[in-house]
Amino acid sequence: MKAPSTRRKLVDRTMLALMGAAVLVAIVPLVAILVEVLLKGIGAVRGLGFFTQAPPGDPTSPAGGIGNAIVGTLLMVAGASVVFIPLGILGAIYLVEYGPGTRLARVVRFFTEVMTGIPSIIFGVFVFTVLVLRTHHFSGWAGALAIGLIMWPIVVRTSEEILVRVPTTVREASMALGIPKYKTILKVVLPSAAAGLTTGCMLAVARAAGETAPLLFTALGNQFMSYSMGQPISAMPLEIFNDATSPYPAAVARGWATAFVLIALILVLTLVARFVTARRGG
Amino acid sequence: MKTASPPVTAVTFTGKRRAEVAARWVSLTGAAAILVVLAYMIIQLFQTSWPIWKAHGVGWIFGSTWNPAGGVFGALPFIYGTLVTSAIALVVATPIGVGTALFVSELAPVKLRRPVASVIDLLAAVPSVIYGLWGILVFVPLIRPAQNLLATHLGGHIPFLAPPSPGPGFLAAGLVLAIMVLPTISAVSREVFLTIPRDVREAAYALGSTKWEVIRMAVLPGARSGIIGGVILGLGRALGETVAVLLVIGDVSAISKSLFAPGYSMAAVIANEFREATEPLHIEALVGIALVLFVITVLIDMGARLLVHRTAARA
Repeated sequence: MKAPSTRRKLVDRTMLALMGAAVLVAIVPLVAILVEVLLKGIGAVRGLGFFTQAPPGDPTSPAGGIGNAIVGTLLMVAGASVVFIPLGILGAIYLVEYGPGTRLARVVRFFTEVMTGIPSIIFGVFVFTVLVLRTHHFSGWAGALAIGLIMWPIVVRTSEEILVRVPTTVREASMALGIPKYKTILKVVLPSAAAGLTTGCMLAVARAAGETAPLLFTALGNQFMSYSMGQPISAMPLEIFNDATSPYPAAVARGWATAFVLIALILVLTLVARFVTARRGG
Repeated sequence: MKTASPPVTAVTFTGKRRAEVAARWVSLTGAAAILVVLAYMIIQLFQTSWPIWKAHGVGWIFGSTWNPAGGVFGALPFIYGTLVTSAIALVVATPIGVGTALFVSELAPVKLRRPVASVIDLLAAVPSVIYGLWGILVFVPLIRPAQNLLATHLGGHIPFLAPPSPGPGFLAAGLVLAIMVLPTISAVSREVFLTIPRDVREAAYALGSTKWEVIRMAVLPGARSGIIGGVILGLGRALGETVAVLLVIGDVSAISKSLFAPGYSMAAVIANEFREATEPLHIEALVGIALVLFVITVLIDMGARLLVHRTAARA
């Protein structure tokens, strides 16, 4: 067999080098962003007060913190999760247990995927027209609904993928013992899929916690510490958004610090979820 | 392949049978609810923006002046900005995305595959607002000198590179979008490459091909429609990206040939103006833009997923 000509070898080496270069080009921004957020963010976190206090009234002051944003994010994510995680798992149960192969299941599965691709701002506009326009004020509930709609298709899809992996033998064994189907799902299938379902929800929460656009005109944001979901409420992404364009260095620093906290939260959720999935041979 | 659940046994009592039927219907409702909500979203957006469609027909979207104070609503500058930034993003992200996918599936030693793929996928986990924060505070100042250099030296000859170049603009937004869209293209391409059977590659090697020739002749042709599907998915994402673009594009509703000039995008104008829009016509115009964006991204997304599914099914 003839060895490849020098020209072919050269082309080969060049293209392979380009592919390696592509990987480097892809990784550089990620590292750059993480490093920047870490460096600029850590500096602005002055003690535990940062996590418990609201921003100072005086925008030039470096005191205060993002306690209101953290509380807001937690409340809205919790509100969204309480409704849309069970709803999503329910939908996944239909897709896997009661309706596989039916046309409805195929259509639902397809449009659930499509729903994950809808720009998040559209959900914000939708919730605005449905809730905010009718009740005439912005609120944490509206924000929670917008975030929930974003979480919903993610929960359905990840849950579906997990439930499908539960071996049929487990279900069959349970039914052979006379346990009806619904109890099998409740007491056998769901518990054995619990770890996977949890990681799916963690990914959905990680995504929801970072969304800004749907909150801009639903939760609106709030400079003060507030635990009331019926009123405008702050959130970490909103805080970052407002600080990014602020002319005051103290506010910008607070933005970096908030970015640090937010990205730490998201990274922890994402990496733990990935680690659990990888360990179970996912 | 999805596992099918065995049918319900016949030895259940009436009470349990009722519970069984109830369980089926409850979960069906949970699944169908998604379709209902999606339909409701389209209807609601259409309903809210109906007055402006009725008054100005479809043409208002293509008007080139957006002046809420004067009651003039033309969305062309936003459509232009959305298209230009998305185009830049795809032109930059596609080679890099496909390149990284090829690296992971063809070149990397098996031990490196998972870590590299994971790191690239991590790009997708970073929230949009943090891309925007980094974009406006770090990235734009970084590329501004290069932009100014290109603008002053080449701007006279090439209209794309004409001054002014204040920093934020179409190019900056397009580049940040490219970073955000890259993991999508990479992940889809990677999946598609994995479905190409080994025999095809081995046959090419057996004929004496170099690694690149194997990729070019055996892997890429079969993966082509899947890659295109991934690129279109990335396009859908780029079209709808809001906050990162908003912070980096300059927020000026003007159409400009220069890539360095500031502009606006559909999602960005909605995000910016919605809170202060008090006049009904202003709100209706913004919701109208949202409806257009919604329909376009959904159609593009549907087309892309059909393409990807078809490639996977063929394998």
